[in-house]
Amino acid sequence: MTVPVLEVDRLVVDVLVEGEPRTVLHEVSLSLGEGEALGLVGESGSGKSMTARAVARLLPPGARTSGTIRYGGHDVRTLKGGALRDYRGDVALVFQDPRAHVNPVRRIGDFMTEALRTLHGVDKHTAAKRAAAALADVGIADGERRLEQYPHELSGGLLQRVVIATMLLTEPKLLLADEPTTALDVTTQAEVMAILDELRQERGMALLFITHDLDLAGAVCDRTAVMYAGQIVETRESAKLHEDPLHPYTAALVTARPAVDRAVDRLAAIPGRSVSAFEAPDGCPFAPRCPHAVDACHQERPPAEYVDGGLVRCIRADELRGRLAEEVAFHD
Amino acid sequence: MTAVAVRPAGHRSGRATGVARFVARRLVMLVATLFTSSFVIFGALYLAPGDAVSTLSGSRTLSPQAVAALREQYHLDDPFLARYFQWLGDTLLHGDLGTSITYREDVSSVIAARMGVTFQLVLYAALIIVVVGVGLGLLSGLRGGVVDTSILVVTTVFAAVPSFVAATVLLSAFAVGLGWFPAVGTGEGLAGTLWHLTLPAVALALASLAIVSRITRVAVRTELGREHVQTAISRGIPYPALVRRHVLRNASIPVTTVVGITIASLFGMSAVVEQTFGLGGLGSALVEASLARDVAVVQGVALVFVTAFVVVNTLVDVAYAVLDPRVKAGSRAS
Repeated sequence: MTVPVLEVDRLVVDVLVEGEPRTVLHEVSLSLGEGEALGLVGESGSGKSMTARAVARLLPPGARTSGTIRYGGHDVRTLKGGALRDYRGDVALVFQDPRAHVNPVRRIGDFMTEALRTLHGVDKHTAAKRAAAALADVGIADGERRLEQYPHELSGGLLQRVVIATMLLTEPKLLLADEPTTALDVTTQAEVMAILDELRQERGMALLFITHDLDLAGAVCDRTAVMYAGQIVETRESAKLHEDPLHPYTAALVTARPAVDRAVDRLAAIPGRSVSAFEAPDGCPFAPRCPHAVDACHQERPPAEYVDGGLVRCIRADELRGRLAEEVAFHD
Repeated sequence: MTAVAVRPAGHRSGRATGVARFVARRLVMLVATLFTSSFVIFGALYLAPGDAVSTLSGSRTLSPQAVAALREQYHLDDPFLARYFQWLGDTLLHGDLGTSITYREDVSSVIAARMGVTFQLVLYAALIIVVVGVGLGLLSGLRGGVVDTSILVVTTVFAAVPSFVAATVLLSAFAVGLGWFPAVGTGEGLAGTLWHLTLPAVALALASLAIVSRITRVAVRTELGREHVQTAISRGIPYPALVRRHVLRNASIPVTTVVGITIASLFGMSAVVEQTFGLGGLGSALVEASLARDVAVVQGVALVFVTAFVVVNTLVDVAYAVLDPRVKAGSRAS
């Protein structure tokens, strides 16, 4: 891999909940090369979105961070003023619900060209032309008409494509996509994903793709990181994640997916409920739900270790390796 | 939720006709509302205790000739609906609202003589509400901290002060005590009018100003927290543009509604303030006429107030449709 575009190292984030600091991310480390796609997978509350927010500098007021988020030789956490604006120009975000993320009382054209006009000094006419061209890039043919419309006049899928086209106008180097297809129906999902993937490959953009869908992440991303209780428990090549998981949580996630090719009486579920970082017990946060937990698992947090080109936080990773692969194989 | 079908009505011209249609519908509703309220106002005369003649005469003892004249003038021997349409016809076609028994003059000329000061007063108070109320709300919502807390304390006090108390306090402090403003009367010319109407307008505006300021504050805070504002921040839009284009623009929708309703309600509230400051406006005419049981004047003034209220509300609705492009879609479903 070349020099990473984004490098997050042992990022810890505390946010204020009713005045009390609560840990939401614990030593999150990841890196993303030019044109590379990294999937970030986990349940609700596992810290996926918080990771994207920290990278985008959109943490809620009062949040405290430690560790580093390195981009272009700077620590993103300390950027200010013009440098922060430049960084924001380089990093684009696509969120889950396009309807909430586009100002409902302004026209599509206004939304699309806003950054060009206010930040890059592009005149209105040129900006509109470029916006219509960007719409064509994401498969919206009648761009000029769309620019005159309001967000409520467009369907969710169409609006999400508008958002993606908008983000591309400023030619970002890094795209953070936070569940960009969750609010869309399945066929639209596939279209939007195809557009994202194509654009990434054409433009050499790095993509951090956040989803709760392990298969979707695997389909789009070179590597996938699995999050649990505010930490990344495993980062691995997406293909291997399904066949040869290193962490028992990953194995449990893979087993819990419903199979498409046959009906089952009952879906496999992980016993217990998922916990947030602040309520995680001492030791491995997954230990209370882990079928392979031993006494040592409850003692201290497992460090991240390299196993077979992947990074895993499990003290039994080496000895469990074959067994987890069998569990997954039996399911499939 | 089903996916919203994309309508071709998105063009500027399409939106313009949409707004025009919306305005037309509002105008029809305006007329219907006025029609209904005129009926209620007219009917109230006959719901008052005692018979219509004694109500109309203000319970004075009248000669049989005078009673006959009253019965004739008000068509009291005709059926109710016939009387109503007769009255409505006189009002609409001839501007004839009957004769005041206390002023011994046409009600329409009583109203015409007193309308000016009330509208000036309401306009002045409305201006104060918009400038100061919205201004304080913006400051409070955008700044936070000590500024916010101070404004919150002051507006809480203002909101709790009824206009008759405000009027009395302002009168004794700034007119009687400090002598900065006149205590009574309306003054001559623009400067004189402004000078004379300042205290009454402030008294009238104070409580509403506080409410508008707090609504503005909440609206600004709500908009600041919206996800689309987050998107704009994440795109690096500079703060002034962010506030202007996304926060103020969107907050203007709820603020306009509240400002409109508040201003519409000032007409009714003007009675108290006009009485305190000795302004011979419609409000004080209403109070005096009610006390003197001068039914024709009460009816006439009530009709003017209701009309003003309904017209202001219609203007607000139209402003709403212009400000919020989603209103058009919503009104189609209704």
